[in-house]
Parts: sequence; structure tokens; C-alpha cells
Amino acid sequence: MSVILHPYDVRDELEIQKALDFNRRKQLKHVDKVHRAEITNVVELTEQEKLFHIRILDAQERERFSFLPGQFVMVELPGYGEVPISISSSSSQKGHIELCIRKAGLVTGLLHACKPKTPVGLRGPFGTHFPLGKMRGKNVLLIAGGLGLAPLRAPIYYVTENLGEFADAHIIYGAKRPKDLLFDYEYEEWRRIYGVKLDIIVEKPDEKWDGHVGLITQLLDGITFDANDTYAIVCGPPVMFKFVCNRLRDMGIPMQHMFVSLERRMHCGMGKCCRCNIGSTFTCIDGPVFDYWSVLNLKEAI
Amino acid sequence: MLFKVMAKSSFEELVGLLLESNEVIGPRMKTRHPDGKGVHQFLPITAFADMDLDYEKSEYSPKTYFLPFKENLSTYRFQGGDWEQEIKYRIQPRAIVGMRACDINALVKLDKVLLKGDFPSPYYLARRKNTFIIGLDHDPCENGFCASVGSDIVSHGFDLFLTDLGDRYFVAIDSDRGYRVAANVEIRDPTEADNEAYVQTRNRIAKGFKVEVSIRNLPQILDLEFQSPVWKKWGDKCLSCGSCSAVCPTCYCYGVEEKVAMDFSESAKVKRLYSCNLYDFAMVAGGHNFRPSRESRLKYRYYHQHRGFVETYDEPKCVGCNRCGDVCLAGINPPEVITDLEKEAAR
Ligand SMILES: Cc1cc2nc3c(=O)[nH]c(=O)nc-3n(C[C@H](O)[C@H](O)[C@H](O)COP(=O)(O)OP(=O)(O)OC[C@H]3O[C@@H](n4cnc5c(N)ncnc54)[C@H](O)[C@@H]3O)c2cc1C
Ligand code: SF4
Ligand code: SF4
Ligand code: FES
Repeated sequence: MSVILHPYDVRDELEIQKALDFNRRKQLKHVDKVHRAEITNVVELTEQEKLFHIRILDAQERERFSFLPGQFVMVELPGYGEVPISISSSSSQKGHIELCIRKAGLVTGLLHACKPKTPVGLRGPFGTHFPLGKMRGKNVLLIAGGLGLAPLRAPIYYVTENLGEFADAHIIYGAKRPKDLLFDYEYEEWRRIYGVKLDIIVEKPDEKWDGHVGLITQLLDGITFDANDTYAIVCGPPVMFKFVCNRLRDMGIPMQHMFVSLERRMHCGMGKCCRCNIGSTFTCIDGPVFDYWSVLNLKEAI
Repeated sequence: MLFKVMAKSSFEELVGLLLESNEVIGPRMKTRHPDGKGVHQFLPITAFADMDLDYEKSEYSPKTYFLPFKENLSTYRFQGGDWEQEIKYRIQPRAIVGMRACDINALVKLDKVLLKGDFPSPYYLARRKNTFIIGLDHDPCENGFCASVGSDIVSHGFDLFLTDLGDRYFVAIDSDRGYRVAANVEIRDPTEADNEAYVQTRNRIAKGFKVEVSIRNLPQILDLEFQSPVWKKWGDKCLSCGSCSAVCPTCYCYGVEEKVAMDFSESAKVKRLYSCNLYDFAMVAGGHNFRPSRESRLKYRYYHQHRGFVETYDEPKCVGCNRCGDVCLAGINPPEVITDLEKEAAR
């Protein structure tokens, strides 16, 4: 007589056999299984940034994939690594997502060398989103500095596709030099949309530049709004959103009506690797979108 | 939970039965410290006598059988410019004999993080469910403070938990499979005398703690003392070696790296346990480091153990084993760091 311990195969769990859907966070799933996807289009935006159109190959997985503006995905180049990237496209668009990626290191550098049809792995979406539902009937300020336009483009789409839900929409974008401006081919379209205002500023103009020159906060000087009825989404490096948000606060916008997106090192996107912790907050689960009041209350946030 | 009593000879018989057809892990003495004390590790055994059940605590925690230092998350097989992904989970069962209360409590905490919240981990679940745990109580280890953090008593998270009553064990049974396995040897219901002996033993153990750490106000103190010079004092000593996290039974943070085979036929996505005390823990592309100083990293480790975890789970993450203190070449240990913080806050 001996005692035999029975093998347990986690694949026998009914829950894990259901379709892979990262939006069902509590569900037991193959957390490291990627959606097989491929790059379908590469658009050169600047010297440093490219826009990648990425399509999940399996039709059912593609149909099931949905996200909200502000969320991010983990993009994997098998053999090289996995990086967190905000989704830059419209959340109403089915079929493919668009990622605006800056060449910053190993994986992003390799992505820049990729051509259409390159297979990539995709996990997600992860993280919190900009609470656009809360902003119904209000004015929205959509403010980006530098690469911040990448995460801001999804809420810009949401607002421009649903203008009836908002009062005024004002897009404010600042970059170092004219040649750093992202999505410059889309400004004309945004400008022509009824009810949308667009202002762009650069710090270091070139000979051809005839627009605003200076820091992004300068653009705030000229605007007037009913502070209590205004929400702001501010994307950019910490120094930038700090200056902008403090400015908006002084203009009377409640800090809980301003939303920013934080960046930290990430290795999982699922609250497990701890690399993205700020004090006791997980940027990948509780963020990356936070209201400014919460950011100020996070120890070691900025 | 059921309580039974088992003769010591029956326990030996039970381990023998398990050994016949299963992998069994137990505390083994591998060598001795210079002062003569044994160095114990949880390792595979082939006979009951391989184990030293009277060990104080193992050098490394048995978490390695649940969260291995390196674990393959998935394998990509390359062919013709394309790839296939393969994911494997552990399906082989095994038994671990002789785990202490603190180490089982550590698993219960890991369960909360890895199974009960968002994105439950199938890798951990597979290992957890494939492990049959027989715990064993012991008098307090020399510098442990598990009683101060409420981890000296374990009420679940195991299959069987034994308390030594001299010639017999008082057995707590916490699972159906624990009951079925125990039923292979002679067990009986506890008598009045057994219950009394059990309570006495528990009392003796509870009174045996030499180290006491006051953690009642620690979450608030950590907030108040966020800028405290105490962090610089201890941080300046830290070697940023990460040993503390490696031996800690509840540290679970990790990094991911991809390892390509020499012939480029496949690549493994490997999870490697990390430490928040390592220099590049919070470093991002472009070289910006969110915690560039040793004190900021050390502080973060204490913050996670005693503040962040408390916020979410109403209990500290630390189980008070003091392994991090034992292993630290710089002499950084929770009782002293926490006492310093308390003193600073009281000033
Ligand atoms: C929520 C979120 C959204 C992001 N969105 C965008 C975006 O839309 N466009 C864009 O260009 N970049 C974005 N980033 C930054 C991008 O993830 C990093 O530039 C990228 O990870 C760099 O990886 P690498 O391999 O090229 O660099 P390396 O320096 O070679 O990186 C090595 C490792 O460090 C980790 N890492 C390094 N930097 C970062 C970082 N900043 N954030 C997280 N992990 C990092 C990666 O996981 C990688 O495995 C985002 C980051 C976060 C956290
Ligand atoms: S073991 Fe000690 S020296 Fe090493 S990282 Fe931990 S606290 Fe620092
Ligand atoms: S922090 Fe130190 S004392 Fe606490 S559980 Fe981890 S190793 Fe043990
Ligand atoms: S990215 Fe791993 S915990 Fe947030």
C-alpha cells in the first residue's frame, strides 16, 4: 500500500478553458499567452516615432478585443522582449489598433526596424482609462506635451466622435521643435471639426514655423472657461503635467477633474511583478490614469 | 478543520508511504555555520532519516517550490519567420514535510496576491495545488518575531499540521486530501489529555519569543517618517545585493527576460525573481531611475512589507522570520530598523 498524490492540471479548470479575454480580470486565464498579431502598417511620424497598425490574427480574438481610451497593451517581439505601450487609436475602431512608439531601447528599437507582416504578440488591454463618461456635458481640455500625444490620441478620438456628449473641446499640444510634432497630418482635420479648438506651441521654432512659440503653459493664459464645468486630460512628462495641472488648479479646476497618465517600469501589466509600484499603488492596475489629486497624494509619484 | 492524534512512529510510516510514489521535500542539514549551528534547506529526501525535523528555520524559504527563482513562462518556437507559443504548467505532484507556521502563513499571503486578486496566476496555482503540505510546529527560532506580526499560528493553507506532544503529534487536518492521506496510518480522535497537552505546548511556544517588534502603529509611522533620517542611516549601509528578497518567504517581485537558444530555433520567456533593492528595479528606458538611491529602495521594501500590503489586506506582508536580517551582510534587520523608526516618531 502506498500513498499516491494525484496530479493536478490547471488546464482542466473550466474557467481557464474560456476564451482569452484580459478584460475579465478576475477570471483564471493563461496570463502569459499572447494574442498572435501582425503589423499591418508602419507610418513614420518623426525621426524618433513611428505609428504601427497592429491586427490580431484570429477573427474571434480580434472581435472580442476591446479597450477604453487611456489603457495600454504589452507588445512582445518573441526572442527580444515585451514593452508596455498606450493604445493611440479610437476605441470604437474594430479590426486593428494603432501604437505610436518612440525608439528608446532594445525592443522599441527593433520594432522600428520591423516591416508590415511582422508577427508580434499582444497582451491586454491593461490599466485604468480616462473617465470620459464622467465628463458628459462638460468642457474638456485635452493637453499633451511631446510623446504625450500618443496616449492622448485615444481620448481625442473619443471626444471628436462623440461631440454631442461634451460642451467645448480644446486640444492643446506642445513640442520642443516643429519636427518633433506628432500626427501633424491630422491637425487640419481636428481643426475643421465643429466645436473643436486646436492650439499648438513649440519651444524652438525653425524658419518656417509661424505658430505659437514658448512653453505649453503659455497657451493656457489666453483661454477662459467655467472652471467648475471643465475637465482636463493632461499627458506628458512629469515636469510638464505638474506645471500644467498646477496652472489649471490655480485657474480653478478641481484637481479631481484633471487626469494624467503615469509611466513606470513594467514587466507584467497585472499587478504581479511590482516593478511599477509607486508607494503602495500599482501603476498597471490602479493606473496608469490617475486624477491629479491622487497623484499628489501618492508618495514618490513626482 | 479536524483534529486528530498520530503516534510519532505512524508519522514516520506516513512519510515512508508518501516516498514510495511521490517526490518528497523536507528540511535537510547541508552544512554547519562557523558557530556549529546547522544550515538547513528544503531539499528532496529519499528517506525519513534524511530530514532534521528539529531544525530552527531553513536558510532559504520553501517558497522556491511555489515561486522558483527562475520559471519558464512560455516558449516560442521559430520557423520560417513565424513562431508558435507554448505554455506549460506544473502537473507533477509532490509533498513538502516540516514547513513551519510562518512559512505556511507566507504562502497564505502569497495566495492573496497571486490567486485572489486580479489576474490570478495559473503558474502559481498549478504549483500550489500540486503540493501536499505537512507543517510542523516548533519552539521559536532565535531571532524570529513572527508572533509580533501574527504569523506564529497557522489556521489554514496546509493539508496537515503537526504539533509535537512528546511521543505523539497533535494533527490539524485542513483538507480532504489531507484527511485521506492521513487515513493510511493509524490516527485517532484526541482525548481530553491530548487537547490539554496541545494547549500547554502552544502556550509554551507563545511564551518563547525573545524578540518583540511593535508594529501596531507602523503603517502610520511609515507615512510620518517617509523623509526620516533613519532611512539614510540604514540605506547607506545597504549593498543593494538583493539577498533579503531572495530569502524572504513573501517577496514575489520579478523581471522577465527572453533567452534565445544557440541555434535560434526557440526562445524562452523566463521570469526571474527580483529585488526592489537592486539598482535598476525602477529604471526605465533612457536611463531615468525612479529610485536611484539605496535609501529610497530600502525604504520601499519596508514600505511594501508594512504599509502597502496592510492597506490592501489589513495585515503586514512580513511573517517575521528574520531571514532577511540573518542573510544581510550589512546587518540590516527588521527589528532594529522598525525600532529606530518608532524612536524617531516618538521624538
Ligand atoms: C503605461 C505605459 C504606456 C506607455 N506608452 C508608450 C507609448 O505609447 N509610446 C512609447 O513610445 N512608449 C510608451 N511607453 C514607454 C515604453 O514602454 C518604453 O519606452 C519601453 O518599455 C522601452 O523598452 P525598450 O526595450 O525599447 O528599452 P530598454 O531600455 O532596452 O528596456 C528594457 C526593459 O525595461 C522595461 N522598460 C524600460 N523602460 C520602460 C518604461 N518607460 N516603461 C515601462 N517599462 C520600461 C521594458 O519592459 C524592457 O523590458 C509606455 C510605458 C508605460 C509604462
Ligand atoms: S540583504 Fe542587506 S545589503 Fe543586501 S539588499 Fe538586502 S538590505 Fe541591502
Ligand atoms: S521581510 Fe524579512 S522577516 Fe519579514 S518575512 Fe521577509 S525575510 Fe522574513
Ligand atoms: S507591471 Fe507588473 S506589477 Fe505593474
